[in-house]
Amino acid sequence: MKQKFTIAIVAIFGLTSCSSTRNLSYITDSEMMLSMRKIEKFDNNFLLYREGASGANGGKSGGGCGCN
Amino acid sequence: MLKFKLSTLFVLFSILVSSAQFIVVSDSIKYKKKTLSFDEANLLTSVYYQDGNHSGVTGGIGTESLFDNSNIFDVKFVSQSITGKKKAIGMEIGVDFYTSASSDNIDFRKSSASSQDVRFYPSLSYSVENQIKKQTLGAKASFSSEYDYKSVGGGLQYAKTFNKGMTDIQGSINGFYDSYLLILPIELRTSGNKRYSSTPRRSFDGSLSISHIMSERVQLSLIMDLAYQSGLLSTPFHRVYANDGSLLREILPSTRLKTPLGLRVNAFVTEKLLLRTFYRYFQDDWGMVAHTVQVEAPIKVSSKLSLSPSIRYHQQSGIDYFEPYQMASPTAEFRSSDYDLSNFKSYTVGMNVRILPFKQLYKSYSIAAIEIRPSYYHRSDGMSAGIIAAHIQFKKM
Repeated sequence: MKQKFTIAIVAIFGLTSCSSTRNLSYITDSEMMLSMRKIEKFDNNFLLYREGASGANGGKSGGGCGCN
Repeated sequence: MLKFKLSTLFVLFSILVSSAQFIVVSDSIKYKKKTLSFDEANLLTSVYYQDGNHSGVTGGIGTESLFDNSNIFDVKFVSQSITGKKKAIGMEIGVDFYTSASSDNIDFRKSSASSQDVRFYPSLSYSVENQIKKQTLGAKASFSSEYDYKSVGGGLQYAKTFNKGMTDIQGSINGFYDSYLLILPIELRTSGNKRYSSTPRRSFDGSLSISHIMSERVQLSLIMDLAYQSGLLSTPFHRVYANDGSLLREILPSTRLKTPLGLRVNAFVTEKLLLRTFYRYFQDDWGMVAHTVQVEAPIKVSSKLSLSPSIRYHQQSGIDYFEPYQMASPTAEFRSSDYDLSNFKSYTVGMNVRILPFKQLYKSYSIAAIEIRPSYYHRSDGMSAGIIAAHIQFKKM
């Protein structure tokens, strides 16, 4: 009985503490976005030209030669 | 013992359930109607310079000196309906100005038209987000024009959030129909006219990404791409010097299939320090295999300033058809002396400075962010480059 009570307290404590103390401020922070920064578009563009490997950035965003 | 295991599992399950509950959004939200209005605009500019001594235009030897100034302006308008549908229209205009010493060597006449060019690339996008079903459907059209190259593109994308906001899945497909003016090196032209026929190049790519919030401080994204190209995939004015001394032009297969796979993991390490990491594995059917790792460590100096030093390492094996200067067989079906397709290692170091001034300009329009990003790039074949980019974001607060 005592063990069940302890488990219940721990479980409730776990539930309430997680839901009350967890916050979104870390995940929604602008530095946490999973896509490339807009300003990285230029870096990505020249690397696309200078290196034969490309992709895994969410698909090609535009056309263009890249032959210089 | 069994009781202990069951109780431990129960506690772990409770914690897992609780961890999945912190992003629950109530379905009883009342949406306020809003007509189409300005949401945000971005002004971006960059200056890029490179130099090296392995230009494909001169067969793997000669200057690679290039200067480029890129400018992009984009603007987004949004509307909101009472049924929970958010529509967004985006417009983007890009203009690049560049001078290229290697392109100038197509005809060996210094300061000729080939030494400089302008690239103009507008695009238009439209998306509808269903905030109740938590899904977004979008479409995009793009155009790009430079002296010897035109590109028309279109794409569709879909995104869905589920698992109580913890998981996000995004898919997109794009198609580009390009036409390439077949300009050959001057020694290989058969007529006095340097303009030859226009040749098509088609590109299709599909991308699927799954993002997941691992904890309140960690989230990751797995990105799978598949890209297929057909048509003229070589650069017609690239020279190749064969091992018998003869001069040829670059010829590459008319199709290419690329299969990159990427993983991004972002995490708050401390209250002031984050890690943004990226790894990509790349493979194609021309024999290239590449690995790319990037680590960026944003440091929150204050609530309005963050500094993000970054380092990127890349290594790739050359394509099967690459041969250095005077090494190609004159009878080879495919050949290239373009060092962008060779075996090399490269590193990039940079710093992203981000300022959040929230400076009110007019009514509720504000400067939301200012960024400056200098980077230095070095490749093991001796090529190096420097770039400095700047970004100003305007938002309606």
